[in-house]
Amino acid sequence: MTDDRPFPPGDYPVVIVGSGPGGLQLSRSLSELGVRHAVLSQDPSAGGMFRRFPFFQRLLSWTKPYAPCPRGEREYERYDWNSLISEDPSARAVMPDLMDGTSYFPSRPEMERNLVTFAERAAVRVRYGCRWESTRAEGEGFALTTSDGEYRCRFPVFAVGVAEPWRPETPGIELATHYADTREAHTYADREIFIIGKENSAFELASGFLQWAKRIVLASPSPAKLSVTTNSLVGVRARYVQPYEDNVLGGGVLVLNASIQEIARAGERFTVKIRRSNTNEEQAFEADDVIAATGWIPPLRDLAKLGVVTFGRNRLPAITPFWESVSVKGVYFGGTITQAAAGLKKNGIPANSGGVNGHRYNGRVLAKHIARTHFGVEIPRPALPAADVGALLLHELDHGPEMWHQRSYLCRVVSVTADDGVRDEGIWPLAHFVDSEGPDAVAATIEANARGENYPAFYIRQQGRVTEHLLDPDQRMRYDTAERRAALTTILHDLLG
Amino acid sequence: MATTHEGSDQLHDTLAALALFADLSGAELETIAHTMEERYFAEGERILRQGFSGAGFYIVLEGEAAARVSGVEVNRLGRGDFFGEISVLLGEPPSADVVALRPLRCAVLAGPQVESFIVSHPKVAFRMLQAEARKLRNATRWRS
Repeated sequence: MTDDRPFPPGDYPVVIVGSGPGGLQLSRSLSELGVRHAVLSQDPSAGGMFRRFPFFQRLLSWTKPYAPCPRGEREYERYDWNSLISEDPSARAVMPDLMDGTSYFPSRPEMERNLVTFAERAAVRVRYGCRWESTRAEGEGFALTTSDGEYRCRFPVFAVGVAEPWRPETPGIELATHYADTREAHTYADREIFIIGKENSAFELASGFLQWAKRIVLASPSPAKLSVTTNSLVGVRARYVQPYEDNVLGGGVLVLNASIQEIARAGERFTVKIRRSNTNEEQAFEADDVIAATGWIPPLRDLAKLGVVTFGRNRLPAITPFWESVSVKGVYFGGTITQAAAGLKKNGIPANSGGVNGHRYNGRVLAKHIARTHFGVEIPRPALPAADVGALLLHELDHGPEMWHQRSYLCRVVSVTADDGVRDEGIWPLAHFVDSEGPDAVAATIEANARGENYPAFYIRQQGRVTEHLLDPDQRMRYDTAERRAALTTILHDLLG
Repeated sequence: MATTHEGSDQLHDTLAALALFADLSGAELETIAHTMEERYFAEGERILRQGFSGAGFYIVLEGEAAARVSGVEVNRLGRGDFFGEISVLLGEPPSADVVALRPLRCAVLAGPQVESFIVSHPKVAFRMLQAEARKLRNATRWRS
């Protein structure tokens, strides 16, 4: 075995599939907990989807090189959406050092370098060029067949991304190029482009084509949502709104609410037949290029045959709040697939599990869950004076990164029992806390409403019953005030005595 | 083996078969299929939580759920039934838990989207009102 081909086929307690941010984070976090595992990847190097996407080479997620707190501190993670996380300071805040200063959205090559650098500094080893091919249950665990041979494990974790192109069953859809196969932008000079879809990938392409294309049409049945009006990450992000404005102000872009009836060849060009959603009117558009920005699914190979249930348009696996398949126990998921566990999703506002800034914390929580539940690793639960609980929780909401990025999804938990006293239990999935039995405890998180207001939320579990307690929003997102401390003291009174 | 592969195309077909959407054109249904999100809930999972803010509007596509007030079952919900609308319309937390009795698939609309949804689809609003009227009639009968 050489260093660049670690993890030969054989038996491992845990096997992680994937070397994108999800796989790298899980591996690092499991190593920090002393859980032996292998990491397999079909790619030649770290980076996952960022080795190729986004197509126009700059990310949607930002990293602020200059922030209100020093790089490397835990709080800095609030301002850095792209670095992975580690107990080792040398592997923290990798991203800002690699950016050239032209934008606070890293370029795709910078992001790829960020992930490769993290793997080096965090000593994450991966068996590259090893393709997972099939899966079967075997004994108390699973066997994964790969291009290098067979791996047996108790717990596989699939962090394979949501990056397999998906197309609807529209007649003629095979004539459309998928987003994944879009050509260099300049090759669309002086052409008419029809884009199917109105989500970020569609608007990203339209933005990139603005200075090249003669006309751009974007069409899908439901109206485009904009993040600046949903006050959340739901909808087209601010940096891709330009084509929308062109549509409104009369540029060369049309944004239509319509279902796509058929795509057909018309000589060298294409005809796209649509039906307008509001009028039911049928229309036809001619275009030089038709691009399907219709979304992605996770490449789960034969996991359905194993019994893994999937759901919805994105064929995501149905999973528990700890990201374990609901139908095949022992099969876990990491990275962007963790968005399949929606959590409470209050007011329709999703967590950020589809982005690195969200799923990096899911990864660390999952590693702790696997270590604690399956390998008997004791996770520290520091004792806490009862009088300090309120201050700890408010400080955490003001400065901790987990509840900032994963609002109403992850929470900081403090338990209170007669035997054990008051214990800081760390970060947990909120859906698990509110829906599972457990000791008397309080969970703290940040939540948001449709008006874009963020406010502290506390959940008190006493004798198996969980109640919700919300405090007032604060536009500065600074909650540790005398007024809120007093309110929280009242909320915690029965729990802490 | 219970494996679900439901794209928005299939969601469209599932919605088309429900009484709530019986009066809609194909295009309108397609818009709704793209507006609503599909969610899956495992047996025993809570969908609506009594006393918690921020709930949404749910339509059962497949499976069965129970509405429970403080742990006591008050209603059963199956395919085509909907719940969560009272909480959203009144801006109050739900007065019951809704728990999946077996694997449950739902179409979901976030609370803040419900008003514009109802205003945009008056025929769906009418069907919803009919269903609410039936519930009210049954409750009145029960009391008399």
